[in-house]
Amino acid sequence: MSTEVEDVESFRQRAGAWIRENLPEQDSSINMSMIRKGMSDEAELAAVQRERAVQRMLFDAGFAGICFPKEYGGQGLTPAHQKVFNEEITGHEFPARLQAPSISPCAAVLLDFGTEEQKQRHIPAILKGEEIWMQFLSEPSSGSDVAAALTTAVRDGDDWVLNGSKVWTTGAWWSDWGLCLARTNWDVPKHRGLTVFMLPIKQDGVDVRRIEMLNGSMDFCQEYLSDVRVPDSDRIGEIDGGWTVGTRWMFHERILFSSPLVTVPSGTTHSGVGAGSLVEVAHSLGRLDDPDTLDLIGEGRVLELVKFAIQGRVGAGIASGKMNDQSAAIGRLFTGLTGARLFTLAFDIAGSTGAAWAESDGPAQHCGDDYLMRQSGCIGGGTLEMARNVISERVLGMPRERSLDRDVPFRDVPRGGTTRA
Amino acid sequence: MNVELTSEEEALRSTTARFLDDRMPIAAVRDLRDDPAGFSMTYWSQGAELGWMSLLVPEDLGGGTVSDNAVADLALIAHEFGTHAAPGPLVPCNVVVSALAGAGDAHAEALEALMSGASTAAWCYSEPPPNDALGHIDLEIRVDGDDVVITGTKRPVENGAAADLLLVTGRTGAGLSQVLLAASTPGVTVKPLSSADLSRRYATVHFDDVRVPVTAAVGGVGEAAAEVERQLQLAIVVSNAEAVGALQQAFDMTASWVNDRYSFGRPLSTYQEIKHRLADLFTWLQASHAINDVAITAVGSGSPDAAELTSAAKAYISEYGGELVQDCVQLHGGIGVTFEHDLHLFVRRVTVNRACYGTFAEHRRRVGQITEMRKDRA
Repeated sequence: MSTEVEDVESFRQRAGAWIRENLPEQDSSINMSMIRKGMSDEAELAAVQRERAVQRMLFDAGFAGICFPKEYGGQGLTPAHQKVFNEEITGHEFPARLQAPSISPCAAVLLDFGTEEQKQRHIPAILKGEEIWMQFLSEPSSGSDVAAALTTAVRDGDDWVLNGSKVWTTGAWWSDWGLCLARTNWDVPKHRGLTVFMLPIKQDGVDVRRIEMLNGSMDFCQEYLSDVRVPDSDRIGEIDGGWTVGTRWMFHERILFSSPLVTVPSGTTHSGVGAGSLVEVAHSLGRLDDPDTLDLIGEGRVLELVKFAIQGRVGAGIASGKMNDQSAAIGRLFTGLTGARLFTLAFDIAGSTGAAWAESDGPAQHCGDDYLMRQSGCIGGGTLEMARNVISERVLGMPRERSLDRDVPFRDVPRGGTTRA
Repeated sequence: MNVELTSEEEALRSTTARFLDDRMPIAAVRDLRDDPAGFSMTYWSQGAELGWMSLLVPEDLGGGTVSDNAVADLALIAHEFGTHAAPGPLVPCNVVVSALAGAGDAHAEALEALMSGASTAAWCYSEPPPNDALGHIDLEIRVDGDDVVITGTKRPVENGAAADLLLVTGRTGAGLSQVLLAASTPGVTVKPLSSADLSRRYATVHFDDVRVPVTAAVGGVGEAAAEVERQLQLAIVVSNAEAVGALQQAFDMTASWVNDRYSFGRPLSTYQEIKHRLADLFTWLQASHAINDVAITAVGSGSPDAAELTSAAKAYISEYGGELVQDCVQLHGGIGVTFEHDLHLFVRRVTVNRACYGTFAEHRRRVGQITEMRKDRA
């Protein structure tokens, strides 16, 4: 194995030149998790195909999986290389849909826990854009309480048979593989009876249905698994050891946009609109001279600046060990609240255009729907209430909530009857 | 305050912390309630020996810093002032010292007296209502031969009654000027104000055609606008650092109170409602630390985004800090609004800092204007 690592500056030169040569310029200030009514299905499928092709171009040029080991198709480079690559690709086309969750958390989990055969088979395929992966993690009956999964895997010879339902997968209808957390033992406490599997999505027994969000977005899906056979060789980690995998899996998910494993343009936000969008909305409606609007824009910009500052503080605190890992919940709480407030500010600046709009209204046409969807950033990826539990219990050391499911066989844990089946 | 300090920064901070622990325990702060100046000159000159007055002064003028950012160093002292609710005119004296140090050797004597702690100063900047909008300056500084003549009123002026030296910011035609004069100059009248703080004193200072030689000017007559803006930024981020120290203290007291206090047979800290409130308050506290540290770095290095970050920090800390301390009072219950409990000393410090050098709404608007202008240029 070569120990010679290309220095970061020459890598930057090489990457920048290749990007300018091969990837068209494109506004990179997209919001990775902005939930809006999107394109037509045909256009969406075409966009996915294009992104697969771009990912392949990155792979062939030696820029895919910058921090993945060379033996699995990666480049064996450092987070510093990924960072400069992210800087260079800013303002250019990039395969957004293939970064998360395919490369991280899914390929990252394979790298952490997969067998040699599993890694060889799937990580290069993911880095080439041949396999798009989804997280089969959340369930209709358990949102924040992920370890209470009801999807069940039962051993049958060399196979496992899976039944149950998973939800909140973005784009499962055009994806290839699912990383699935399932219950393999009902007679032990909830965290100790879980196992992780991988399974192809396009097969009989996996019924993918799209969920229409209240603003018409059809990005999210729910999957129904009926007697899906998974060979034991597609199990990841130990039998009943799924929470060990799951903890790491959720760590990768939490750090998503700052993960050294994914390619995203620098400065990509994942919490909705920024103060710049507020100015655009105000400008498009001729409201820049209105003092009330100025107050709203000022409030939005203050919160945005504080958000950057607190992310920097918490990141530095965790890196230096002065703050524990759980302190990431501070950033989560602040970002969630700020995102919701910014949608509200945009809506209030839009005035009645937030209630009724025409396509010719430019940026203001999104304000009404965005406001209706405001809370999604306070729910997805762990609710803010969970973040507040983590901050009070794990950061401030306040007493833990009394838990009715600890040290009890999962079979005996009370469950509500009103699940979305 | 930054999560991690260098050993030099930690030494600077802890020296002041130990001095204040020793000289200004809460009981001593309470004893100053009826003291006209709110602090003693012995205390002040001892503090000056610890570097309180010399961090913003270049080495060749007798000052010096421990890091490459003098404002950040001063903010460490201010943080300790906040956690101790310590008395003394830290912000106005440092603003004046910084102005004098930047004006060559014209005011070397005054600078030396301030740095040694033998004298104190006040910055006469804000004006009385209805002319109290942020940045509104009506006081006139008129050139008359070899003199300047000062006419107008300033309030609230921190340390206005105890100060030996006054730095007055006023208008000369379309520009701004600053003049340093002795508080004893004929025509200067000082009237003490009541204050929300226990040991901090404010006054109204009236200038009735006060005549001093033009050599009293600090910087160019009619050309001081940039320096005034820099002083404002300095006053704000250092006051913010003090407010954040007080927020930290109020939060820590509250976190410990909810663990000790029992209600219905269990500690308050076992109620999820209380836990979630503490999580919010802690997040606001961390956010206040974070945004002010960013602003301090910008002001200390003279970065072009210093004005925006300073106003963002002031807007955030004033708005959320005010809510934070009041929620600390709420979580304490009735004891929280008594004089006997120490919490109010920190609530007071946050309260006066919230109201001075511009309200949070004014600073939010300033940030809004800067955001719009940036977008216009883009």
